[in-house]
Amino acid sequence: MSGNVGQKNTRLVRKLVFIVLAMFGFGYALVPLYDVFCDITGLNGKTNKDAVAEVVYEIDKSREITIEFITSVNNSAPIAFTTEKYKMKIHPGQYYTVNFYAKNETDKKMLARAIPSVTPGLAAEYLEKIECFCFSDQTFEPNQGKSMPVRFVVNPELPARYKTITLAYTFFDNTKKSLKNNKG
Amino acid sequence: MSAAIAEHDDHHDHGPAKGWLRWVVTTNHKDIGTLYLVFALAMFFVGGTMALIIRSELFEPGMQFVDPQFFNSMTTMHALVMVFGAVMPAFVGLANWMIPMMIGAPDMALPRMNNMSFWMLVAGVLLLASTLFMEGGAPASGWTLYPPLVLQTGNALPFAIFSVHLLGISSIMGAINIIATIFNMRAPAMTLMKMPMFVWTWLITAFLLIAIMPVFAGAVTMLLTDRFFDTSFFDAAGGGDPVLYQHIFWFFGHPEVYVMILPTFGVASTIIPVFARKPLFGYASMVYATAAIAFLSFIVWAHHMFTTGMPMAGELYFMYATMLIAIPTGVKIFNWTATMWKGAMTFETPMLFSIAFVVLFTLGGFTGLMMALAPVDMQYHDTYFIVAHFHYTLVPASVFIIMAAGYFWLPKWTGNMYDEKLAKLHFWLSAISVNILFFPQHFLGLAGMPRRIPDYAVQFADWNMISSIGAFIYGPSQLLFVYIVYKTIKGGTGEKVTDEVWEGASKHSLEWTLPSPVPYHTFSTPPKKVPTEHL
Repeated sequence: MSGNVGQKNTRLVRKLVFIVLAMFGFGYALVPLYDVFCDITGLNGKTNKDAVAEVVYEIDKSREITIEFITSVNNSAPIAFTTEKYKMKIHPGQYYTVNFYAKNETDKKMLARAIPSVTPGLAAEYLEKIECFCFSDQTFEPNQGKSMPVRFVVNPELPARYKTITLAYTFFDNTKKSLKNNKG
Repeated sequence: MSAAIAEHDDHHDHGPAKGWLRWVVTTNHKDIGTLYLVFALAMFFVGGTMALIIRSELFEPGMQFVDPQFFNSMTTMHALVMVFGAVMPAFVGLANWMIPMMIGAPDMALPRMNNMSFWMLVAGVLLLASTLFMEGGAPASGWTLYPPLVLQTGNALPFAIFSVHLLGISSIMGAINIIATIFNMRAPAMTLMKMPMFVWTWLITAFLLIAIMPVFAGAVTMLLTDRFFDTSFFDAAGGGDPVLYQHIFWFFGHPEVYVMILPTFGVASTIIPVFARKPLFGYASMVYATAAIAFLSFIVWAHHMFTTGMPMAGELYFMYATMLIAIPTGVKIFNWTATMWKGAMTFETPMLFSIAFVVLFTLGGFTGLMMALAPVDMQYHDTYFIVAHFHYTLVPASVFIIMAAGYFWLPKWTGNMYDEKLAKLHFWLSAISVNILFFPQHFLGLAGMPRRIPDYAVQFADWNMISSIGAFIYGPSQLLFVYIVYKTIKGGTGEKVTDEVWEGASKHSLEWTLPSPVPYHTFSTPPKKVPTEHL
């Protein structure tokens, strides 16, 4: 009996270990799945990562939308980050440019990255950016301040239920990470 | 593996090895069960001491005894120790002791792996405990280990993560062992649908464990590489997303809470019929309800994340899916009540704990239902209401049932009767103080007191004081349990118990057909007949 049970155990354990390994892989597979899911459903408030071409929309003068800007820095990074306007009324279809200012408050060279996020998340796909400092890493010389324009349009197809859109930028100090990567 | 089993079959009569080394190298399921149970009990007091530090600090508003960082370490470590060091090992210990005897098997299917999984648990918990003495302190981010906060942990972070890996591997090995035992070692007469409920619930729990533990291991590994190897799984600056961690964590975390409650259901379904002197009502529906709860646990995880800015459709889906869980759970509560209905009930301590479990777990279930409502959860989220909720489902549920199991099987294990008077005192002290401890936390949560904060506004003072008083009755009264167990092992009341211990118990499950105390080796030849009263 025992030999038989031993074989059965080995076979069963092999299957169960396979499930364990597969589930470990599944945990990692959730990472790309999450991105794909957010991409398809438009969840998560992510805006376009690269510049889109400026196309001419019909300007919808009949409605006015409030757009708000939030500027923040991650983990108390030594960056002074502001914008010329924190709130404006806009018409869908019309192009606007807003200037953001960031200053490296250290006396060392800095590499930083701004990450945008839109609330409500489902409105993100209607906010199209033609120019943005968030498309790439920004290099700051010691104590350098920069004015960075953001040019954007809200697609006129924006559903009527969205009256206010908030665009939040968070600056991350990436200097350490990029130094390590360059060395490696 | 077959060699190990053959070896055991060859010596029928030998008892345990002599000396302390017996406990290190043992592959006997009863020894390992005892090791798990003793370890769990010790960890119950370690985690309980941490809880008392928390409740001391919260006794009055203002900062009393500890600094906020250490306070947060205490909430984190209390949870990790109680979940991974106390409740889970206690049920693995019960599984080790009882499953082979309940299904008529001589031992667990993989005895050496059994030994290894116990010692890995010890290593994991020691590693976790060592973080208390490290620069930067123990993890203080809450047991959920959310980034980016958890990435600010000092030197302790990699140790905590490796500790989670060890604990995970240990429970995966335990789970594999239990599945192999149940599938391959049953007595020929013991078909799946004749198995006692405790065995069924553990079979399902074991499958949950092997499905979720690897996912958690993956999540913490991502934390590790984010911190030390410049990956950006959860780092927005590199294109990652911290909310992704919450999804992965709760994909593990929600089934994990059922890992702690399903065996609880199993023990309750074992004890209640014995003292109601009736077969378990609705055995098949119990099995299917357990399986249904296990399945649902995989598709409701984001109800822990209602406040992360999910779209309406997501909130609605997770809200309704979560509320579905109340149906199979309701079936179970109904079945336990129906089992007691018109039964010739007696109220020995295991039954008292089980009845308290049915009542108080229902209460915890209802508050869970309240928080399943997405719009309402916006108010309750991260307040003491959730603390009250999950403590009701864990302390007067899982912990009470573990105590009940202790009293229920201790006479079988030792051959001695415990002191019923003292045990009843233990029960009443626990049952009353646990409500003084946790019930006021509902009010605190509804009034808006946030969890995991060492200080609070003065309007919360009264209920916090009452809650702390409850804690200081509940905690020390558990020492009574240690004393009762010790006394029972040393001879108990002197009254020798019969083989079936409890009147009619042998009609319910196989272990009561064995002599008391149980011999070191049992069912070397499988039993011919199995109890079928529950069918």
